[in-house]
This record gives sequence, structure tokens and C-alpha cells, in this order.
Amino acid sequence: MSGTFVGMPAFPEAAREAVGNPTLRGNLRHATHTIRAKRAVAVSELDDWAALREAGKQIKDHTLRHLDRYLVQLEESVTAAGGVVHWAADADEANRIVVGLVRATGESEVVKVKSMATQEIGLNEALEAAGIHAYETDLAELIVQLGKDRPSHILVPAIHRNRGEIREIFAREMSEWGRPAPENLTDTPAELAEAARLHLREKFLRAKVGISGANFMVAETGTLMVVESEGNGRMCLTLPETLISVVGIEKTVPTWRDLEVFLQTLPRSSTAERMNPYTSMWTGTTDSGAADGPRTFHLVLVDNGRTDTLADEVGRQALRCIRCSACLNVCPVYERAGGHAYGSVYPGPIGAILSPQLRGTGSEIDASLPYASSLCGACYEVCPVAIDIPEVLVHLRERIAEGGQVTRQGNKAVLKPAKGHAAERAAMRAARWAFGHPGALRTGQRLASRTRRFHPRTLPGPGRAWSATRDLPAVPAEPFRDWWQRTRGGKDVPK
Amino acid sequence: MSSRDLILGRVRRALADVPRNDTPYEQAVQREYRREHGDRSTARTVDLLAENLADYRALVHRCAAGDLARTVAGLLDAHGSASVVVPAGLDGTWLAETEVTRVPDRAEDTTAALDRVDSVVTGCALAIAETGTLVLDGGPDQGRRRITLVPDHHICVVRVPGQVVASVPQALERLDPARPLTWISGPSATSDIELDRVEGVHGPRTLEVVLVSEE
Repeated sequence: MSGTFVGMPAFPEAAREAVGNPTLRGNLRHATHTIRAKRAVAVSELDDWAALREAGKQIKDHTLRHLDRYLVQLEESVTAAGGVVHWAADADEANRIVVGLVRATGESEVVKVKSMATQEIGLNEALEAAGIHAYETDLAELIVQLGKDRPSHILVPAIHRNRGEIREIFAREMSEWGRPAPENLTDTPAELAEAARLHLREKFLRAKVGISGANFMVAETGTLMVVESEGNGRMCLTLPETLISVVGIEKTVPTWRDLEVFLQTLPRSSTAERMNPYTSMWTGTTDSGAADGPRTFHLVLVDNGRTDTLADEVGRQALRCIRCSACLNVCPVYERAGGHAYGSVYPGPIGAILSPQLRGTGSEIDASLPYASSLCGACYEVCPVAIDIPEVLVHLRERIAEGGQVTRQGNKAVLKPAKGHAAERAAMRAARWAFGHPGALRTGQRLASRTRRFHPRTLPGPGRAWSATRDLPAVPAEPFRDWWQRTRGGKDVPK
Repeated sequence: MSSRDLILGRVRRALADVPRNDTPYEQAVQREYRREHGDRSTARTVDLLAENLADYRALVHRCAAGDLARTVAGLLDAHGSASVVVPAGLDGTWLAETEVTRVPDRAEDTTAALDRVDSVVTGCALAIAETGTLVLDGGPDQGRRRITLVPDHHICVVRVPGQVVASVPQALERLDPARPLTWISGPSATSDIELDRVEGVHGPRTLEVVLVSEE
């Protein structure tokens, strides 16, 4: 996956730092609470929401279960419509293909519409290394790019920045990349948006190559679709002569009609709107006489860990994700820790199950992600395709702690139990024994109650890692069973 | 082995648990959701379109067919436009009463030239009431996608009730996926700064919709 996040500390350390930053917490709290309330209103307008959610889940599940067939059909449809399809097994191959395609045009700059897939593969860095400048054109992505920062939210990548910080970044950095920010730029959102408009327009009007992702690809017709708000997507999809779309293989849906489900659930779940301001759909290239849109269209289908995820019968459901980000906005952990702590382009609850599956759990950060959750289940409730995120989190925790069979780069492998979890495994073994020996459990509980004044607030030795991110539960003055026997369930409590 | 074969092979191995006689698509997806939300008269559906367009900050105007030319002229005037892009197949009578310079939509014109034009007037393929959405499909009265994108002021004429559908499912039924489609719900907008909505980033900052009654 992208080199952007190499060397990230595990989630607990990264989160501890983020939680200590009051500006960040304020920005995040404001943003997530605003969007969460709006989303609830937008969803309540549709009294068939549950049926739409179920249909979305079924469409995606069915597609994933027959993905080979639908990918072949998609390839045929796109080719028949004048597009060229490329297949990329991993990030390096996808980047090589795109760099090659851009070089073939003779251009040294490209305009990009925000795309999770290109972030995931680190395309901008690969283009830069090849001497090609990639300009992000979504306002939030521009803020992130100019600020030499990383995105922290799927939908609003600069959610961690407030208007004052954004003004600073524009005033300082825009001149490095093109048209400078106007003198006396204030921090009102309207003025900041205007500055971005002027800065980017000169790039749009001269761009010869555009790069996009896609929200959906229709196997039946070869149609690709991008939803957005600002019009930067429309600019990138229609003005350049060459369009290169880089899309994960799981974005396929079987039929044109299937879009009727997602065009209702995606905007309401993500931006809390009845419909996002702009949706573009294109099928191959339009005939050259009409000169409407790119003359050359390339579709790069990316695997990069998706087939490995597909091989996990429990974890596979993460590939249903339509990147709406509703799960981020309701997550109590995301709200406090922020997106950067997840060390992945996919933050929040979905990132906690998607990233360790796409990348494997070899790194410290990936092994820590399934634990970056309180398992409260709010993410599952809001998910428009009903991904049972808590179920996958628990499944991944078990695999990390106990080891087990995984698929990596298409090959079956056996994962060893993770080292860091030896104490946890020992504790669980001890608990299993204690619960099977009631006498010992009772003695232990009484002992714990009598000595409770002397208990440390954090665990010593290998238990420290666990207690560093959790409050140890207070031990009651009397074990529950003793209390029950003495009072018969509270009935005999002396007045 | 090509990457295509490699990926398809991985997909097939990953799906070893899926039985050969797995439920076919037609039965795997239950469509118990509605084709339309609520039971409305045609007139009420048009009203809902107007409300939802306005809710997303489009400026909505209604007129009779006989008044369309005067309405369009008035809107161009009020906006202070000196020039307007005209799709090749636009009904000539729509612009009969305006004096502004007409710029034909021609494939050979540069985007820089388009950037200097003040307004654009188009028809549409259809409009969706429940979401307040206009859909353009590049038809003769709509022109190329770029002409409704680069100029800052877009006037879109919707024939009511003929071009209005209630819902997204009804819209997809009537659209041809082979055409380049642009769905527009309100003017260009962003909420990227503290989730404050601001109209107008890269697309037109002003979207005016004329609902013209069919006679």
C-alpha cells in the first residue's frame, strides 16, 4: 500500500497524541456532530430506508460472490464503448501503468478528482517521482496537498483543519503551485472557496490529462459514475483529452438499474443531502465528432489486497463499502482520535477492518487497528450496505491474537499468533480455568475485594499495554455472589 | 501470466466457498423499496421539484410556454450577461427576446473562450422531483457537458409536467446509459470548510431553473 504511512505508530500511541490536541478535538467534534444530525434527517425522509439498505447489501454481496464473471463482463462493455481496460495486481503495477499512460501523452501535469484508490496506491508520489505534477482539485484535497498534510476523513479530508488554519495554508502555499492567494484573504469559507476556484481554474483550462476514481462501475453497460459537489469532478472528467480512471475491482455492480439504490443511499449517508450537486456518468468515449469529453479513456482495475480480503468469508463484507463515511461520523473513537491515528487512507471503523485486510497485519499499526474500537455497534447501524463492522473487528482480533489461515497475494498462509498478545492469551487461559473452578474463583474474588485498597491503577509487566488505554474496573467491596447470598438479590437490604 | 489472469485466478480461488448453483442475480436481490415516495398528483410532483430545487439554492421560476422568451430574456438581463452559449438544437424561440450575444456551442472552440462567456441556456433530459435534480444527457438542446460547467450562470428550462419524474428509480428507467449523463442538484457547492455550505466552487455559482408549462 502507500508509503505515506510507513513508520506510523500503532493506533494507541497515535490516538493518545491526537486526543491531547484540543484544536483537533474541537474541529472533529463540531464536524462529526453536525453531519451526524443532518444525516439522520436526510435518512428519515425515506420510509423505505431499511429496504434500500437491504437491497444495497444484496447487490454488493451478489456481485462479490460472482466477481470474476462481472469483471469480465465489465471489461467487455468498457472495451465495446471505446475504452481500454488495464489490470493491476498491486499498487506498484497500478502506478507503473498510470505513469506509462501519462508519459505516452507527452504531458507533465495532470488534474485529479479526489479518489481513495489513487491515495491508497500512492499515485501522486509515483507520478512526482516520474516528473509528473498531479494537482488535487477537490477543495479539501487541495488543502491537504498544499498543507503537505494527510487526509483524515473519507469525505471531508481536511475535517481536522479549521478556517483559520486553511487561510494560513492558502496564503503561504498557493504561490508555490500556481496562482497565489489574493492579498488580504480572510478566513470566511466563501472567500477561501473563491481563492481555490481562481487557483485551480487555470489548471483545469489547460489540462490535457485527467485522473479519477469511480464510485460505481456497471458491468452490464460499462458505465462509470462519479459523485461530487464542487464541479472539479466534472472538470476532470470532461475537459481533458485523456481520462484515466483508477478503480478498485470491488466497485462493480451488475446492472444499470442497481444505481437506483445507491443514488438514494450514498448521498444521504455521506453528505446528508437528497442528492449531491453533481453526478457524472460516462460510458467509454463519446464519438469524436461530438467532441464531448475525453477522446481516450483508460480504466485501470486495481486488486491491491482486495482478492485477499475476498478470500476471508467473514471479512469479505468490508468490500461492500461504498465509501460514504457515515461510520466515521458516528464513531466515538474516531471523534476523539481523528483520522490520522488510523495510519491509513481509510480511517474510522471501516478503516479498522479494511486496512488490515488489504495490507495484512504484518505491521504494528495494522495489527492494532482491529482494537481501535469500543465495539459499540453504531457504525453497523448507520452503514447503508449493512457491513457488520463489529463482527469483522472481533474476527480480526481473534485472528491476530490466535493466528490462523489468511490469504496474502493470492496464496494461502498461516498467520502466527501475534507476539504482543501473549499476555492476553495467558489471561484468557487463566480466566477459562477459573470459570471452570468455582471454588478457586470465589476465593480469588474474596481476596481481590479485601485487598482492593492496594490495587494499582495500571497493571504491571505485560499487562501495562492493556491498562494504558483502558480504565481498570474498580473491584467491589464484596463479590457479587456473596452479596446475593447475604441479601437474596437486594430484597433483604437493611433499611 | 498476465495480471488479468492473475487477478481473475485469485478471485476464483477466493470464492471457492460459493456453490456453483448460487442464487442467481434475479433472486439474490429483493427490491422491496419504493418506486416513488408518497402518493402525489402530477401538479404536486412539480411543486415538490420546485421546492427541492429551491432548497438547494437553485433559483426557480415558473411561466407559461408563451412567456418563456420574455422570462429567459429577463433572467439574462438581471444577471447582467453580455453573452450566452447556445446549444445547436436549442429552440430558437427561447432566445427570441434577448439582445445578448449568442455564442454557438462548437466543438472547435477552446475552453478559454468558453470561460469568457457569461451564461448558458439549455433544456434537459428530465428532472427528479424527490431529489431536486436536473439530468442532462447531451441532447441537441443541451449541448456538450462543458458548456453547462464553465460559464458561471446556467439557465435550465424544464418542460412541466412532461419532463418531470418523481424519483430516482423512475429517472434511471428513462435514461440511456450510452449517453454522457450529468445530474445537477443545485449550484456547485462545497462543505469542506468546517462543514459550512458555500455555493460555487468550480461549476456555475448561479443555477436558474425555468419550469415552463406545456400547453
